Amino acid sequence: MTSALELSGISKSFDGFRAIAAADLDVRSGEVHALLGENGAGKSSLMNIVAGLYAPDEGTIRVQGRPVRIGGPLDARRLGIGMVHQHYKLVKSFSALENILLANPEGGFARGRATIDTALARLADSIGFTVDLTKPVGALSIAEQQRVEILKMLVGGARLLILDEPTAVLTDMEAERLLAMLRHLASEGAAVILVTHKLGDVMRHADRLTVMRNGKTIATATPGTLNAGELTKLVVGTTTTECAAPAQNVGAPVLSLTSVSSGGNGRRETLSDVTLRICSGEIYGLAGVGGNGQTELAEILMGVATAAAGRIMLEETVNITHAAPKTRRAKGLAVIPADRHSYGLASELSIADNYAIGDVYSGKYGGVLRMKSSVAQSAAGVAVAAHDVQGVRSLAHKAALLSGGNAQKLVIAREFAGAPRVILAHSPSRGLDVRAAAAVHARLRSARDGGAGILLISEDLDEILLLADRIGVMNRGRLVAEFAAPADRQAVGEAMVSHG
Amino acid sequence: MADFILNWLVVSPAFAVPFALAALGLIVAEKSGVLFLGAEGFMLVGAMTGAGALIVMGGHPLLALLAAMLAAALVSLIFAFLVVVLRVDQIIAGLSMVFLCQGLTSLISTQQGWTNRPISGLDPIALWPLSELPVLGRLLFHQDAVFYATIVIFIAFHWVSTRSLLGLRLKAVGENPDAADAAGVNVGLYRFGAVLCGAALIGLAGAYLSVGVAKIWVDGMAGGRGWIAIALVIFARWQPWRALAGAVLFGCIEALIPRIAAAGIQVPQYFMLMTPYVATLAVMIWAALLRSPRTGQPASLGTPFVREERR
Repeated sequence: MTSALELSGISKSFDGFRAIAAADLDVRSGEVHALLGENGAGKSSLMNIVAGLYAPDEGTIRVQGRPVRIGGPLDARRLGIGMVHQHYKLVKSFSALENILLANPEGGFARGRATIDTALARLADSIGFTVDLTKPVGALSIAEQQRVEILKMLVGGARLLILDEPTAVLTDMEAERLLAMLRHLASEGAAVILVTHKLGDVMRHADRLTVMRNGKTIATATPGTLNAGELTKLVVGTTTTECAAPAQNVGAPVLSLTSVSSGGNGRRETLSDVTLRICSGEIYGLAGVGGNGQTELAEILMGVATAAAGRIMLEETVNITHAAPKTRRAKGLAVIPADRHSYGLASELSIADNYAIGDVYSGKYGGVLRMKSSVAQSAAGVAVAAHDVQGVRSLAHKAALLSGGNAQKLVIAREFAGAPRVILAHSPSRGLDVRAAAAVHARLRSARDGGAGILLISEDLDEILLLADRIGVMNRGRLVAEFAAPADRQAVGEAMVSHG
Repeated sequence: MADFILNWLVVSPAFAVPFALAALGLIVAEKSGVLFLGAEGFMLVGAMTGAGALIVMGGHPLLALLAAMLAAALVSLIFAFLVVVLRVDQIIAGLSMVFLCQGLTSLISTQQGWTNRPISGLDPIALWPLSELPVLGRLLFHQDAVFYATIVIFIAFHWVSTRSLLGLRLKAVGENPDAADAAGVNVGLYRFGAVLCGAALIGLAGAYLSVGVAKIWVDGMAGGRGWIAIALVIFARWQPWRALAGAVLFGCIEALIPRIAAAGIQVPQYFMLMTPYVATLAVMIWAALLRSPRTGQPASLGTPFVREERR
């Protein structure tokens, strides 16, 4: 049987950093082949080479047995290779039809549109979905945008389909449908490469899998021959399995929201009538599909946006509804923002400055006119060591040079320095690999056990189920359900997507 | 009074054309995602080259206009190279182009003795029998070649931008160069081309000032029209027809200024000269207050494109 795609000895360096080192991959027609690995293992880079976005430094690529050179996205398309990138390559202001036409310009503007229309009608029957072709893509949901990407590939006649983390942004139900559809395409003879770090998807839907670690392909296997533990060990290098550890000492409420709504001033209400209470010593997990009001809630709690209605109390006595971020910090609120590079850290400032800024009003780093950088340096040094922030060659280095996991550890080191009473953690492990995520989770648990109340907002249901002692579900700006741990995954998932 | 209005309206197109062409040039360039602040400079290049070419070659105004477009496109190669190839900050590159062109045009025209020399210029062409229509005939069908060309260019651009792959790709490059790149569009090439075409149109706008209207070259004669054109584009939300409407509005205001003075109405001269800029400011404030999420601005305007190598 000939391989649809055969990579051998592929290497690629970026600015001296070897992202891919002599990687091999063999994908057959008719199979769903999972490419598994942690963040930064080189999966996306390897696939970008196949899609023609990067040129490999070394190695050979064969498509259907013939050696080929892929000089650009057009070459890849001519070879029948299509890729759905993790961050969709869609022009948001264009309609789906225009986006598809952009990628498949054969036949010119007018005839091209007609050709695409007929191609889509034919495809709709075989893959069982349609999309609104006329609305701007930006107005479609994430799942719909993904469908546009898939249609874009299929209209172009792709026989080798690469999907980079396709299920990361989907609900469980949407993900199941997608994977079933990919199975169907494979059964019709296409080769599907599924780039993912979700072991569950792989075990249930892949025919074969290849594991990447540190830029190398280290094993190819069939899912049936391995159990989840062995697979994890291959991916991570060591076995780390996190187990749920429920709260022991739940105390009095430390944060309570009463009927909080956003909007006003003619803006759309994205958060309506949210009432919830978080006690000391517990982790409250707020689940939901992205864009259902979680970001607005986080911003209102951080103090960068104001609530249009409702009341926010700290420790039942301190009203912080209209308090400035500075006041909230002083009263014991700590925040781990979702976007650590825009809210969490000032990328261009040094690590020491980034650490010191959290407590700059206390006066211990000097007054308005004079900054005691040596104090800041030594405080940062202690914190960096205590929180195991790796990759710090000097405290004077720019924070931007830290990897995702270590940047997050720095944020946590700073936020936890003042022994906060309430911690808002928004997607704290997004983009982190298994080990870094585990470290972050351990910090959250120890803060909880130290008596803090933690609000964990996450789109990753696994993270919520693992950490939370109570679970709330956000759906279209409302808190629609609450569960006590251990919660039923199915029930939480349904609350996330129901349209009741 | 009717005569006053008619005489005013008849000359207004001549004032509106430079704004319209410059604004369209900016739209062409900026649809590709390149922030183009050099309009004032490229108008000067066009104006000087047009006048110079007419003096040197004598008597061929259309050739002079063509030369002006070529010259502006040629100078814009520097800008395109800076922002597309070297990925220099587009604001700084655009501003330095203005100063470069101001200096360059003064230098060359003084050395060649082109400054303040009257030239023959463009004559109106009557499109018979339409030119015999009452009022409209004089207004729309008794104008010079550039006026007619402007209308044709606008229609052509509208067609290209809404009904061709060229337009689709141009917009894609300006909205999301990553997506365009993945779709196999050569982002750099499109941006380069858009800057050159845009500069050529702005050059034509400038040449029309010297060859078509003033029939003379004077240092710095663009007189801030390049900046007004930038404001017009923001006001028009990067839509050509709205830009045309704005250009007509500004043209009418500009045409009114000398007429009010000539009619003996006492308005301080400098106040009148200030009005286009007051209008520009008002337009910018209005656009900012609107705060509509759809400003029409190309999403990646001003952002250099780098294929997402690891950073």
